[in-house]
Amino acid sequence: MPLLRATNISKRFLGVAALQEVSFTVNAGEVHALLGENGAGKSTLLKILAGAHAQDSGILEFEGQPLGLQTPAERQRHGIVTVYQEFNLMPNMSVAENVFIGREPGPGYFVDWKAMRRAAISAISRLDLHVDPATPVSALSVAEQQLVEIARALTINAKLIILDEPTAALSDREVQKLHAVVRDLKSHGISVIYVSHRLIEVPQICDRYTVLRDGRLAGTGNVANTSLEDLVRMMVGRNIEAHASRGTRQTNRVVLRVEHLSRTKNLPSPQAVMLRDLSFAVRGGEILGLAGLVGAGRTDLVRAIYGAEPFESGKIYLEEKPVKIDSPGTAIDLGMALVPEDRKQHALFLTQSVRRNLTLPSLKRLCRFRYFVDRNAETALIRQFKQDLRIRMANEDVIVGTLSGGNQQKVVLARYLALKPRILFVDEPTRGIDVGAKAEVHDLLRQLAEAGTAIVVVSSELPEIISLCDRIITVKEGRFTGEMAAADATEEKLMKLMTLGAGETHVHHPIN
Amino acid sequence: MSEATTPETESAAIQKRIRWITILEKFGVVLFLIVLMAFFTTQNIRFIYPRNLFNILADVSIYGVMAVGMTLVILTAGIDLSVGAILAFAAMSAAAVLKGTGESRAVPEDPMAFGGYAWLVALAVATGVGLLCGWLQGLAITRLKVPPFVVTLGGMTVWRGATLVAGEGSPISGFAPGLRWWGSGNFLFVPVPVWLFAIVTVVGFILLQYTRYGRQVYAVGGNPEAARLSGLRVNRILVSVYAIVGFLAGLAGFMETARLDSAEAVAGDGFELRVIASVVIGGTSLFGGLGGVLGTVVGTVLIGVLLNGLVIMNVSAYYQQIIIGVIIVLAVAFDTFAKSKSGSVSTH
Repeated sequence: MPLLRATNISKRFLGVAALQEVSFTVNAGEVHALLGENGAGKSTLLKILAGAHAQDSGILEFEGQPLGLQTPAERQRHGIVTVYQEFNLMPNMSVAENVFIGREPGPGYFVDWKAMRRAAISAISRLDLHVDPATPVSALSVAEQQLVEIARALTINAKLIILDEPTAALSDREVQKLHAVVRDLKSHGISVIYVSHRLIEVPQICDRYTVLRDGRLAGTGNVANTSLEDLVRMMVGRNIEAHASRGTRQTNRVVLRVEHLSRTKNLPSPQAVMLRDLSFAVRGGEILGLAGLVGAGRTDLVRAIYGAEPFESGKIYLEEKPVKIDSPGTAIDLGMALVPEDRKQHALFLTQSVRRNLTLPSLKRLCRFRYFVDRNAETALIRQFKQDLRIRMANEDVIVGTLSGGNQQKVVLARYLALKPRILFVDEPTRGIDVGAKAEVHDLLRQLAEAGTAIVVVSSELPEIISLCDRIITVKEGRFTGEMAAADATEEKLMKLMTLGAGETHVHHPIN
Repeated sequence: MSEATTPETESAAIQKRIRWITILEKFGVVLFLIVLMAFFTTQNIRFIYPRNLFNILADVSIYGVMAVGMTLVILTAGIDLSVGAILAFAAMSAAAVLKGTGESRAVPEDPMAFGGYAWLVALAVATGVGLLCGWLQGLAITRLKVPPFVVTLGGMTVWRGATLVAGEGSPISGFAPGLRWWGSGNFLFVPVPVWLFAIVTVVGFILLQYTRYGRQVYAVGGNPEAARLSGLRVNRILVSVYAIVGFLAGLAGFMETARLDSAEAVAGDGFELRVIASVVIGGTSLFGGLGGVLGTVVGTVLIGVLLNGLVIMNVSAYYQQIIIGVIIVLAVAFDTFAKSKSGSVSTH
């Protein structure tokens, strides 16, 4: 009898199907890979398992018993614990307090600090984490924080631990350590659902897999009987062959040149990545792809060029003239635009209208008497983009937060396209949007390039980067590890450069 | 959610719910104001006499000009607790300039001092001092990265202390009629302070609704990081809103001095709460990015009507504070409620 059985799970958001009739099972003591491209429905499925969303239809059974509608807390008491990518830790509280939050040992309303400390030490040392339990969590590395979350799950007596992209922000060594922990959990009969974009991890630690594509089940089975190529095919829904090369595009002079850009100390935030001596150039009409895993430094690089983050040394030339960019405002004045990775945090004013969202940086052009917004010109501009990008909205004054993800992304794109930039940085251009919208966004970027714009695309989706770009640079841990024409690129080659780097030739083997 | 609703009817229902909430959010306060006025009229017909209504307006004008500035601050998700203290300091500075300090204070002012333009000098000094105070606070907030709540809480004490220094601890009174007119005169049958309130409101409305700057204020309040990545100079905009509210607190100080014919160290004490209440009751969200000047005007008038009505009904002044406090909390509760409703709809 499987530990978890999901039967025909479906879920819609505002009429858009996120999951359709997905069924799969997780056995006791197995590590189960949950795979799929961005937007395939993985996070929706995870949230349904965690109790954060209720499915519209379908049945979840755990240990043979059907699970009713439950809150995340109730699911946890059942033994289903989720470790999200953004941890649910209290950064200023100690390791011990975080492990036992809400379940502090002690008589009545009092906390037995000594007992809590002892229990915390035993919980974290089991995971090979050796820090003082009194340390505040904010002083730990991302990998250590993750272990604290897992320790919490263990002390709840979790039977099923869901790890959502646990290795996205870890170094190679930390990944190996996490794999050892996962194997240890498994040997104690605990099941793990393991979500990862690094396919290479799947044969290393997973027993079975489930692949989602566009909200539907694309395949499920034993890892041992399946090749990585098969998994990729299930994820993307087609054979990975040589991608249709695009028409010869006029590439003209170099628009942007970056030389020896470095940032090795004074990182602006704990999540920031070091940048080590990065040099590259982009021509007008060219689409350059930056391929790398999350946390490899791709986003940090474009943000540093755009003036959104500081860097220590290096020079930036625009049309061969050196420029100093101290803020995004300066970058925009110089003809740059950056479509940020996280549209909710970094791009949208969710409670405000499409009008206010779309035209904000271009208002200068849309003003009469310098300061007064010309509403008619503004409306005309918005309608133009509504038509060109096929943005689905009732009118210009609907609240942007009520639009679907794809339409929100188009509003963000429109905002920066309206600036008519010479250089456009696009970070994850199609994150979380459906397939149709994706193709439209790609077409749009190609048209822009044909019109002479220099475009730099950052993406975790290799098929996207191969089909969209002219040239691809791979990034790993803040370094460039390779460069090739998109025509020569395959997902395998890129993945190798992104995960292993240029110098290393062997695959990491688990320490066992 | 297992019943068979098609996506279309589902989203239509959601749209309808949003509309309903928006209407209530927008006009709820106006409805409440109308009901309140009707109620007070039934209690005492004098309430609705034009004379009383103008009294109410004249009373609220001083709060109103500050509330317009406070609207800008709260739209950026900030707060300014120092407006009452800035009012006092600006007023006292202006009075001190008019009178000189020390012994000359007791002497009634020569109506022809400053060539009869004493009011102009007072206006310039009061608004200039207010602007400077607000600007400094804005700098402290953006450069030292101290939260607005803390900076203006400190400012509240600093400017109150500065008032005592400027006035050497005692009030300065007795000004030229040309100055007093600004506080108690009439122009076209309407009290002058009401005109000032109206002008400030109209300028504030145009600024927020029709200018690039207004859009930027909403953007900074809605999502400062997104505003920065859209090329906005976020710090500059933040400094500007504190400077503007300081300027308007200075203007309020000028109006208060003209009205009382006296600048006092305790002037404006506790005004910040009533001003913030006006803005919040008027529907501007303390979370930033939502709201506007028209709501603030309604909120300002509503508090004035409430206090006036309570006086007319002979309710003890002691209860008035309690009632205002309860109304602030209810207004914010409603704001949060409406936000969570529309939020739950827009999450996906």
